[in-house]
Amino acid sequence: MIGDTATVDRAAELGHVLILAGGLSPEREVSLRSGDRIRDALSEAGVDAGAADADATLIPLLTSDPPTAVFPAIHGKGGEDGAIREVLGLLEVPYVGATAQACRLAFDKPVAKAVVAAAGLATPASVTLPKETFHDLGATAVLERIVAELGLPLFVKPARGGSALGAGLVAVADDLPAAMISCFAYGDTALVERFVSGTEVAVSVIDLGDGPKALPPVEIVPSGSWFDYAARYTAGRTEYYTPARLTGPAARAVAEAAVTAHTALGLRDLSRSDLIVTPAGEVFFLEANVAPGMTDTSTLPMALEAAGLDFGGLCRDLLLRAAHRGS
Amino acid sequence: MTIDPRHRLDRYVDQYAARAAGMVASEIRALFAVADRPEVVSLAGGMPYITALPLDAVGEIAGQLVAGRGSVALQYASAQGDPGLREGICEVMSLEGIRAHPDEVVVTVGSQQALDLMTRIFIDPGDVVLAESPSYVGALGTFASYQATVVHIPMDDEGIIPEALTDTIARVTAAGQRIKFLYSVPTFQNPAAVTLPAGRRAQVLDICRRHDLLLIEDNPYGLLGFDAEPQRALRADSTDGVVYLGSFSKTFAPGLRVGWALAPHGIRDKLVLAAESAVLCHSSLAQLMVREYLTSQPWQQQVKLFCELYAERRDAMLGALEASMPDGSRWTRPGGGFYVWLKLPDGLDSKAMLPRAISGRVAYVPGTGFYADGSGGQYMRLSYCYPEPARIKEGVRRLAGVIEAETELRATFGSLPADGPA
Repeated sequence: MIGDTATVDRAAELGHVLILAGGLSPEREVSLRSGDRIRDALSEAGVDAGAADADATLIPLLTSDPPTAVFPAIHGKGGEDGAIREVLGLLEVPYVGATAQACRLAFDKPVAKAVVAAAGLATPASVTLPKETFHDLGATAVLERIVAELGLPLFVKPARGGSALGAGLVAVADDLPAAMISCFAYGDTALVERFVSGTEVAVSVIDLGDGPKALPPVEIVPSGSWFDYAARYTAGRTEYYTPARLTGPAARAVAEAAVTAHTALGLRDLSRSDLIVTPAGEVFFLEANVAPGMTDTSTLPMALEAAGLDFGGLCRDLLLRAAHRGS
Repeated sequence: MTIDPRHRLDRYVDQYAARAAGMVASEIRALFAVADRPEVVSLAGGMPYITALPLDAVGEIAGQLVAGRGSVALQYASAQGDPGLREGICEVMSLEGIRAHPDEVVVTVGSQQALDLMTRIFIDPGDVVLAESPSYVGALGTFASYQATVVHIPMDDEGIIPEALTDTIARVTAAGQRIKFLYSVPTFQNPAAVTLPAGRRAQVLDICRRHDLLLIEDNPYGLLGFDAEPQRALRADSTDGVVYLGSFSKTFAPGLRVGWALAPHGIRDKLVLAAESAVLCHSSLAQLMVREYLTSQPWQQQVKLFCELYAERRDAMLGALEASMPDGSRWTRPGGGFYVWLKLPDGLDSKAMLPRAISGRVAYVPGTGFYADGSGGQYMRLSYCYPEPARIKEGVRRLAGVIEAETELRATFGSLPADGPA
């Protein structure tokens, strides 16, 4: 609560903090919206929060006026692949969220799938291939083999990236080459997964020092056939149920899966896992996000609200935790 | 399936008008958010090179207006626009052969608002608007928002093909559809950069006259010719069959948002009433700044300076395209304005290629935006007005690399014609 003595003390203890938003990935616009929302929430919580982009002005800014801690909210390449956090580490600036090394694991979807599978989570059967393989071995033969192995429908997405950019649902084999071309427009390696039908949920995990805890799962029901870019960022295009309409065991299973993924990938402070629950109750891990979206159509803020937690207060406490942890 | 609005983030989602259906988040917009960054060479936006303006003088004009005439400059005003500015607008249009009275002029928030008001007072849902193929993306957006049906008229290197216009009118009319007007950017067209020559202008006007078809002449680039005197405007030869839209956005400053419509009296009256309901009145300060700029500054010399600057950039772009574009691509060679319209080799799609281009730090506008049905993927619009010549060359170099990579990818997946790019 604003004005509460403890709240004021914590904000004062924090001093000046910086939110990183923007970047040069196609998720720049989303990131700027996330950054704005975090800054507004922190300001309401009494925190002196500034914002900066990841450009040539950043390092001079961080060295001339070092913030107590940084909240990275840059999505996609450059933001979630560990690059910016590596730089923050070099500058000895504390930051919220996973280390650069953990980001590299989580951002690469095929690698993340392998890591969480080793930890016991199910993940859709998939094939990961760089574009050169199709060039060298012949696309037709490779695609035929993929369809024979995984069946249809398939889900194609860039191995590294987010916001469903370059992703596509393929129902018939003839559409697969076009989906691959769209995918390779966003990156050089494609992840082709067997499409798993079921209830899509996003489960955020928060760790304020007492261990990672799952927030209420958010069920996603897009108006179209899948949760594409327009469905994600056009208010009203998607129905969200918080908490998700899951049975008790399924709700516990997705919470456990998100915490398992968070732990197995070595993430810290916050993360969001995207999962599918089949009608039989089996949980499949799709991907993890180390800088979850914080826009007004993002699921982490919804989950916080459902849990009765204050968004600004959480951001402040995560920054405090980062500041105490140090670089 | 009935959807419960309580579970949507916009509880009013089912209450929007049908015309709002297309207003959704898009990947293309997300990509353009990156294009604005200085790391990216943007050949996308048609931004005038404002740095070349006498900014100190403009600043003095603004300061003097507020300090000396603030009670007028910061007050409400007439919806038709400042009378002195409308006189100045008539003098500007006289350079294109137009003889007009200030009373026929309605000042608008850029010529974009004039287009919006024209569409508002003429279009019922389903009415047909004829437009060049391709046509200005901002106009298509306006037409869509009023639920017009756009029918494109084929063009060649000299703009609208008169025979095609005649055929289209006959076809649309025979189908029982109602054509409300023909929308044209006849000089240094956006995006195709072609100009309708004098002979065709007469033919187009004659066709419109014979079919009692109103013509909207959108002419923001008319004074920005590099090699010749300004083209005679269509409106110069048809006082009651043409509504002329003009703008100070390209010859002075787009940030002031001052444009205008020159219309026959009946239409003029409706435009004024429509403007009143839309914005009450336009910015008095902006109008007075333009008026003062026209009277106190050598604005025609400034336009000439712009033309020299843009001609140098056009040459830089054409030279770079010649040096690095692959076989099978072709492009226009504009005599003025801001744009080059480029056709990619067969099998390539500029919209699908845009993410790769942004990753390659170069931006353009995919051709799909300039066709009402979203076709045009084989084209792109390149703008040379804003970047310095060296940046233009670098941007084209990057673009060539992007096209090469895309060609290789499409060849891999068999989506090129059997004999490859022509």
